[in-house]
Amino acid sequence: MNLLWVVLLPLIGTLVPLFTERFGRNICTLSVALLPAWSLILVLMYAVDIFDGQAIRQTIEWIPAIGLDLSFRLDGLSLLFLLLILGIGLLVILYARYYLSAKDSMGHFYAYLILFMSAMVGIVISNNLIQLWMFWELTSISSFLLISFWSHKSEARKGARMALTVTGAGGLALLAGLLLIGNMVDSYDLDTVLASGDLIRSHAAYPVALVLVLLGAFTKSAQFPFHFWLPHAMSAPTPVSAYLHSATMVKAGIFLMARFYPALAGTDLWFMIVSLTGLITLLIGAYVALFKHDLKGLLAYSTISHLGLITLLLGLNSDLAAVAAVFHIINHAIFKASLFMAAGIIDHESGSRDMRKLNGLMKYMPYTATLAIVAALSMAGVPLLNGFLSKEMFFAETLNQSTLGSLSWMIPLLATVGAAFSVAYSLRFIHDVFFNGEPIDLPKTPKEPPRYMKVPVEILVGLCLLVGIFPAYVVGDLLHVASSAVLTHDVPVHSLAIWHGFNIPLFMSFLAMVGGATIYYNRRHLFQFQSQFDEPDAKHIFEGVVQSIVNASERIISALENGSLQRYIFLLLLFTLVMAGLPLLDLVQNTGSRPQIPLDGVTVTGAVLLVLSAIATVIWYRRRFLALIFLSVVGLMVSLIFAKFSAPDLALTQLSVEIVTIILLLLALFFLPQSTQKESTNRRLSGDLLISGLLGCVIGTICFAMLTTPLDTISDFFLANSKTGGGGTNVVNVILVDFRGFDTLGEITVLGIAALGIFKLIAKMRIYMPVRDDDGRAWSNDPHPMMLEMVSQSLLPLAILVSVYIFLRGHNVPGGGFIAGLITAVAIIQQYIAHGVQWIKPRIKIDYQWLIAGGILIATTTGLGSWIFDKPFLSTWFDHFNLPWIGEFELASAMLFDLGVYLTVVGSVMLILANLGKLTTSERFEMKEND
Amino acid sequence: MQHLAIFPILLPMLAAVFMLLPPLSNSITRQRIFAVSIMLLLVTVSALLLLTSHQQGTQLYILGGWQPPFGITLVGDRLSTMMVLLTSVLGLCAQLYACAGEDKDGMYFHPLFMFQIMGVNGAFLTGDIFNLFVFFEVLLIASYALLIHGGGKQKTKMNVHYVILNLVGSSIFLFALGILYGTIGSLNIADMANKIRFLDEHEQALAKAGGLLLLVVFGLKAALLPLHFWLPKTYAAASAPVAALFAIMTKVGVYSILRVHTTIFGEDAGALASIAIPWLWPLALLTLTMGAIGVLASPSLRLTAANLVIVSVGTLMLAIAMQRESATSAALYYMMHTTLVTGALFLIADLISKQRGKAEDRYVIARKMRYGKFIGIAFFIAALTSVGMPPLSGFVGKILILQATQGLAETAWVWAVVLLAGLASMVAISRAGTTIFWRAAGENTNNEKISPLKIIAVVLLLSASPLLVVFGGAVTDYTNLAAAQLHNSVPTVTALLPGGNE
Repeated sequence: MNLLWVVLLPLIGTLVPLFTERFGRNICTLSVALLPAWSLILVLMYAVDIFDGQAIRQTIEWIPAIGLDLSFRLDGLSLLFLLLILGIGLLVILYARYYLSAKDSMGHFYAYLILFMSAMVGIVISNNLIQLWMFWELTSISSFLLISFWSHKSEARKGARMALTVTGAGGLALLAGLLLIGNMVDSYDLDTVLASGDLIRSHAAYPVALVLVLLGAFTKSAQFPFHFWLPHAMSAPTPVSAYLHSATMVKAGIFLMARFYPALAGTDLWFMIVSLTGLITLLIGAYVALFKHDLKGLLAYSTISHLGLITLLLGLNSDLAAVAAVFHIINHAIFKASLFMAAGIIDHESGSRDMRKLNGLMKYMPYTATLAIVAALSMAGVPLLNGFLSKEMFFAETLNQSTLGSLSWMIPLLATVGAAFSVAYSLRFIHDVFFNGEPIDLPKTPKEPPRYMKVPVEILVGLCLLVGIFPAYVVGDLLHVASSAVLTHDVPVHSLAIWHGFNIPLFMSFLAMVGGATIYYNRRHLFQFQSQFDEPDAKHIFEGVVQSIVNASERIISALENGSLQRYIFLLLLFTLVMAGLPLLDLVQNTGSRPQIPLDGVTVTGAVLLVLSAIATVIWYRRRFLALIFLSVVGLMVSLIFAKFSAPDLALTQLSVEIVTIILLLLALFFLPQSTQKESTNRRLSGDLLISGLLGCVIGTICFAMLTTPLDTISDFFLANSKTGGGGTNVVNVILVDFRGFDTLGEITVLGIAALGIFKLIAKMRIYMPVRDDDGRAWSNDPHPMMLEMVSQSLLPLAILVSVYIFLRGHNVPGGGFIAGLITAVAIIQQYIAHGVQWIKPRIKIDYQWLIAGGILIATTTGLGSWIFDKPFLSTWFDHFNLPWIGEFELASAMLFDLGVYLTVVGSVMLILANLGKLTTSERFEMKEND
Repeated sequence: MQHLAIFPILLPMLAAVFMLLPPLSNSITRQRIFAVSIMLLLVTVSALLLLTSHQQGTQLYILGGWQPPFGITLVGDRLSTMMVLLTSVLGLCAQLYACAGEDKDGMYFHPLFMFQIMGVNGAFLTGDIFNLFVFFEVLLIASYALLIHGGGKQKTKMNVHYVILNLVGSSIFLFALGILYGTIGSLNIADMANKIRFLDEHEQALAKAGGLLLLVVFGLKAALLPLHFWLPKTYAAASAPVAALFAIMTKVGVYSILRVHTTIFGEDAGALASIAIPWLWPLALLTLTMGAIGVLASPSLRLTAANLVIVSVGTLMLAIAMQRESATSAALYYMMHTTLVTGALFLIADLISKQRGKAEDRYVIARKMRYGKFIGIAFFIAALTSVGMPPLSGFVGKILILQATQGLAETAWVWAVVLLAGLASMVAISRAGTTIFWRAAGENTNNEKISPLKIIAVVLLLSASPLLVVFGGAVTDYTNLAAAQLHNSVPTVTALLPGGNE
């Protein structure tokens, strides 16, 4: 047998109702109960060992990297909780069978409920901190689903969200706390942690870890000031409330404190935080409960109050108090579950939960009423019922502490006050609902519920009595093993007798009874007093807080992310400036040791022209045509610079790219206004000027420093190996098609994609076509002058010839596929310009898209060819041949690659320009999408 | 398979090319069948490459037979092959989703999509920094084209921003490369890592500027504050399969920072060691904070998803800033998880959008959804995962990152910001979910069925989340080894340079 099954069975059971829902309510309920019941039987079989004082463990390695193992441990405390979770869980399943209406989806309900049950089971048998946290969060998630079960109701959604947020936030704090503890003891194993209490308590980070863990516990257990979510979780169906707020969800926080009691408790800090929080919660809960007109509201605040009581006990740092806490966990679970169920029955059978309307139900449902009255008396702490016993122990413990120094006497006093209110609201529950005259306009006439709906309540109330009368026989052993698991040492001697003689605790009980009765009797004055205060609705406050956070976030986002490209570019450049500029502060001198070439007139003139035309482009950027002319000057100067500094390939490329770009821009200008309005303010302009100026200075400095620094690079290898290894004397070309042919393959792909992308964009465009220019002149009537037609037609073969020549010589002297492709493309475009689309269409039937694809395909296939020779992709081959009349010539695979480049370039340029050009003609409407 | 390492690049590239040619180019059906088969093949090949690299050591592919540092080398180590597999899986799902009909909203969807995959895979696999630039260009230009897929004013406007910003980014990339080549004298990343220690002071200052400029470039791609502002609206405007695929794009930036600033400017770089780290700390924290604020402020699920991308970038950057093996391993785990779930979230947002009429995916009251149950479950899983709630992958990633801070001075900052960002996401997503799924008015009249392809895509992506937890042990073992490989750069670098010069 296997501990894993204890949690696995209910977990599998989560899916059962989804499949059995269709077979009717009874079968569904039965099938749902099956697996948890099996799990309960497993637990009971282990119980024998536990009562012998053993703890059962099992570990399966899971994710060692985060210290997460599937690790289980069944000891007395786990056993107690498992009995509560599975036992009360089974009763709730039965109860819900009768509670849910036909409209509710039973399958979903049970699925969520069982998921929740599995999560709770997981928490209490975890022997690993991370695993514990995992199940802990799972309870938050599944309780979210349960609370929001009636999701069409606004209050259910809000209540669920509030519970999720509060417990989720606590869960995150808990995670941090657990990780901290894990760091301290260097293990996430619970056994190790619990055995290292002294190490943890003396660790410097102990206060932080303690606070974080307690945040988790307090949020879950609805301790002040996090208690506000619990009453709003009452919008859940009553079976859920009966389960979550008696035995499970809220008890998870209590369990956590009890579980970590050996590791964290025993310090003054623990006492201060835990006991005071518990005390305040106890008082507030008890006080507010009295004023709730909603049955479930009363029970919700009473739950808060009792949780406070248990917390207070755990905080007292005394062994007996811990025993009392464990005892009260049992008692509270039993009587509170039965009370919620009774409230649900009343709601179900009378249609209301309002105590101002519900009166005199004793007459209509005497049996249920009796059960509820017994449970309520137990809640009030009346003798012979289980609530009395733990309350006596509680009173005794409040007397036995002195940590608050001379103020310690206040704790028993306040405890008695709390207990008095507890008696008062219990009395109200009994008197208002079951007596106190006749019901006031209820939606339906109350009657007894179906037979089996009462069974769970009967069992629980029976337990109240049994425990109350024969405590030692019924729960003595269980309490003993559970307490010893909390204390990890011998449990102090305690007596579970009903009668301890006349002592102070009994007197306190008596005071509480009398006080409670007095309060209830004078409730009208108290209600009047209370009604002068506005009752704050936590839901609205919470939603308000969240909404204001959201609003603040929206303001921040809309202020920062304002959709202004100028701003984003400004930030990008600013960041660039800082990143490039700061390192330069360490650059002692910006001139390197490399000898400088003397200046000459031509160079200076060229540089000045370059600078001026660049500046002119910026100055006249709003007059687009003018700016374009200046821009072309910039391009021209750059190509000249390339030519001067011995880079003829680059110069040629730059020149042809320049031509193609200018044509492209001219085409684009046709669709744009010739000049634009001034859109930037002077302030923005000066800012932009500043940043671009600074950035220019920084980049300029870097350039100068770089150019004057002697350089040792891998370029020398290329120079040395170009001819011997690549078969060409034009190193630039050999680099492009051989050494770094892969880059080139990538770049022609980029070109091809760019063309496809632009075509994709303009194919969808339906842009306004201007008929006349800004000055009102119509476009020329004669778009294709004869001179131009004649000249360009005769130029075409010449241009093709030139590109073939440039292509062929590329490997050894400046040239190559890229430049050749651009030249061909320009020649073809010229035909478009001269003759128009109509004329070209029947003459050039090439699909440019195929040209692009074919080009890339040829280049890639060339690269793949080397695989035949068992060489890596793009390995080149070349050899020299001799043919008669032609002489010696060289054949290289690189030429085939270059052919691919050529085709891609022609295809890409043509696809863009021809189609952009077509937009200006009537042809544009014929462009269809190919699919 | 000696050529295995280049397959993730060549396969999508050739696929794209064939889809531009007949008989594929003129039939969308044929393209779909072809593209999906290719992607399935790619997933297989990527998995094979990962296994080979994992078991037999780093797979080097020396293009053209030119030994490093002279030629271009592809490096299939544990990190890069993992990223390639991630891309392939995400790509497959996004593509399946697109095949349900969105690929018809514009031209060339499938070829461009393949080119995009090629670019991303190339960026991951290359061991050469200029080649990295080339693949950045490939993936960028393909993303420009994919972003306008579907057309419309919003997409075009966002695309203009995206293109211009990235063009500036590309120029800065070139500046940086020029500076680095001009000082270090090499382009092979391993060779650069080897040589950077021997720079003199003059060159050091310049190389530092170059290295930090690379941080700008990669930061722009990764959406690191203050360079992230473009991302939310751009991603939200993209069509769903494109947005889903773009979940990997920010990771390219993250990956590049990891690669360059761990290998070249890593701990062994002498005076230039860890130059980016002092910047990464505050920027990562701020990115994460801004992302969380963005999540809170998002009025629609797409924007939420986009802001979650920023949250994930911030988290990843934090892990990188820690500059230690455990943190890198955490980052790698988190990267897998976040990429797939964000992809899923974009797809789910689209499913929701199509069911709610004019309300689309905005958080307003709207008609009930016809397929609310399936979409609801999918959303629930995606939400839990992205918020970092157990038992799904988010919590493992979060815990890994929190644990990695042990002993660092910045621990408190990291914990506070990471946990609070998680809380903010939880608040925002629970609001989103309850509004979308539960605040309904009126019945749905829309009878359109959800295509099974879309369902498969979403289910596939979401299944990663529980799988990453169930097999968490094996996955973290792998990421540990991958991180170790990245950080112990000395053996790696030596392995990369057979007979390389000093």
